Amino acid sequence: MPIPEAIYGLFSDPSSAERGMDALSRAGIRPDRIVVMSAEPFDGYSFSKMDEATPMPWLAAVGGIVGGTCGFLLARLTQEAYPFPLITGGMPLLAPWPTGIVTYELTMLGAVLTTIVTLLITTRLPNWKPKLYDPEVSNGKILIGVLEPSDATRTEIGSRLLGAGAEQIKTTFGDVPS
Amino acid sequence: MTAKTPEQITRDLLRPLSGVSPRYMFWAALLAGVAVAALCAFLYQVYTGLGVSGLRTPVFWGFYITNFVFWIGLSHAGTLISAILRLANATWRRPVTRCAEVITVFALSIGAAFPIIHLGRPWLAFFLFPYPSERGIWPNIRSPLLWDFFAINTYLISSVTFLLLPMVPDFALVRDRAAGWKKKIYGAVALGWTGTPRQWHRLETAMHIMAIAVIPVAVSVHSIVSWDFAMAPVPMWHSTIFAPYFVAGAIFSGIAALILAMALLRKLLHLEEYLLPIHFENLGKLLLVMSLLWFYFVFAERLTAWYGNEPSEMAVFWVTQHGSYAPLFWTMVFCNFLIPFPILAIKKLRTITGTAIASFLVVVGMWLERFLIIVPSLSHKYLPYKWGTYRPTWVEITITAGTFCTMVLLYMIFSKIVPIISVWELKAGQHEEPHALRLATQPDQVEAD
Repeated sequence: MPIPEAIYGLFSDPSSAERGMDALSRAGIRPDRIVVMSAEPFDGYSFSKMDEATPMPWLAAVGGIVGGTCGFLLARLTQEAYPFPLITGGMPLLAPWPTGIVTYELTMLGAVLTTIVTLLITTRLPNWKPKLYDPEVSNGKILIGVLEPSDATRTEIGSRLLGAGAEQIKTTFGDVPS
Repeated sequence: MTAKTPEQITRDLLRPLSGVSPRYMFWAALLAGVAVAALCAFLYQVYTGLGVSGLRTPVFWGFYITNFVFWIGLSHAGTLISAILRLANATWRRPVTRCAEVITVFALSIGAAFPIIHLGRPWLAFFLFPYPSERGIWPNIRSPLLWDFFAINTYLISSVTFLLLPMVPDFALVRDRAAGWKKKIYGAVALGWTGTPRQWHRLETAMHIMAIAVIPVAVSVHSIVSWDFAMAPVPMWHSTIFAPYFVAGAIFSGIAALILAMALLRKLLHLEEYLLPIHFENLGKLLLVMSLLWFYFVFAERLTAWYGNEPSEMAVFWVTQHGSYAPLFWTMVFCNFLIPFPILAIKKLRTITGTAIASFLVVVGMWLERFLIIVPSLSHKYLPYKWGTYRPTWVEITITAGTFCTMVLLYMIFSKIVPIISVWELKAGQHEEPHALRLATQPDQVEAD
């Protein structure tokens, strides 16, 4: 007998999806087993509050510092790389203002690139074969489900999701929803 | 806009992706023809040498650098305006942002090509790259042209990602509706997006960080472009006003380009229910503010030069006020201020047609402004025996026309492969947060909570 990979309900509006989420929490389902998908962000609803914490801004700042350091070193080493003594008429060999410009630009580039890399890593993208997905999500449905439910809880999860207002209950076995 | 269901929004905004009309093909072929002519003119210049252009001593910067400054300025339409509106949480921005961000990416790419076109020997463009060459020649960090390299590339990378990131959820939307090879392509670029809360939070956080980062980068880009001029001891260039003057001019031309693009998209893609009069009204007000700011900068610059009465500066001053460049100068003033000001200031005239006409004039006027900054100063430098003139040749005119057509063509192609209005952002703006809903329906209960 195939073991179900997930059981989920499709909700047509965020209020009923929120009720579905609450029903799963009341049933004692661990939050890391609950999966939510939607075609747009629903700020303010409990089901959209999962995984809110992220160190992304801090990592962007670190990326900026690394980028800025690289920029400074590039500008400095470039200006000091001439293999012969330069006569500069008393002017500094390391021009501070242009060095500042290059440092500034690479600081911003470092922050931007770090943000993109952090985004891709923390959202696990690209992932062309997601564990669970239903194209109905693109049609505006909100998917609330449980990954790898036990046989004992499967029926209860289905009835709780239906009770909360789910339009459809589906179970996936491998890739195929039934 | 009457309240639309998410399904209607999706259907309406994905409709332009469903096929091309004969009229679309005709215009695409025409624009591509001019773009190919420009490419041929460029290849002719590469083969024959820069002598086929009108660039002669003392005017070594002409149409090409005018176009460079113009396109880089125009690129401020998108990412900068979009970032400011995002950070200000202006809800009316939602249908506008992608239209704007696309302009940035294409205008910046076209603008960045002009220094290479201008090189004469473009195959040596890699000399600009900061790499340790075996000749022991490092690029000169003190040169503003090298600052351009860093600034423009940083802005380009930031703008491309700022445009691409919010496109991923829309690619997923198209993927789920497409079939065959289209499904495969959109599936690949959707990166496996499923729309989990984690993905939405991370995307929104990333967009917020990038909006914060991209504003100072955009300001720095046009400041640095202005320093290409201001760092040189050339009459009317060596001025501290140049950086803010250029940035204000860039935002001015950027907003004008955005309004023009939106007016065309609205008409051609039948987006009348999404690009509303209020969007043109709000952007028209911004354009009015920038028009006043532009006039203020021009006035301040001219007044200071006039009071200084420095002979070399006055030579440039008079040649633009009532000399050989006066017709262009006064056309610029009419296009950038005297005509747009009443159109944008009078509420009755600030319609979609009115703002589009004003924007067209501003785009023309800002191109003239870039030309008038460069050519009169170079042709009237300190020593009168070195004064000269500049006349563009057919090569420069063809390349210039080609870049305008390339811009429109790229925009047309983009609007056929990507929803030109961000579908998910528009939908997200349609529904209220639960707290706001409760406040509207059960205010007493919310207060008690």
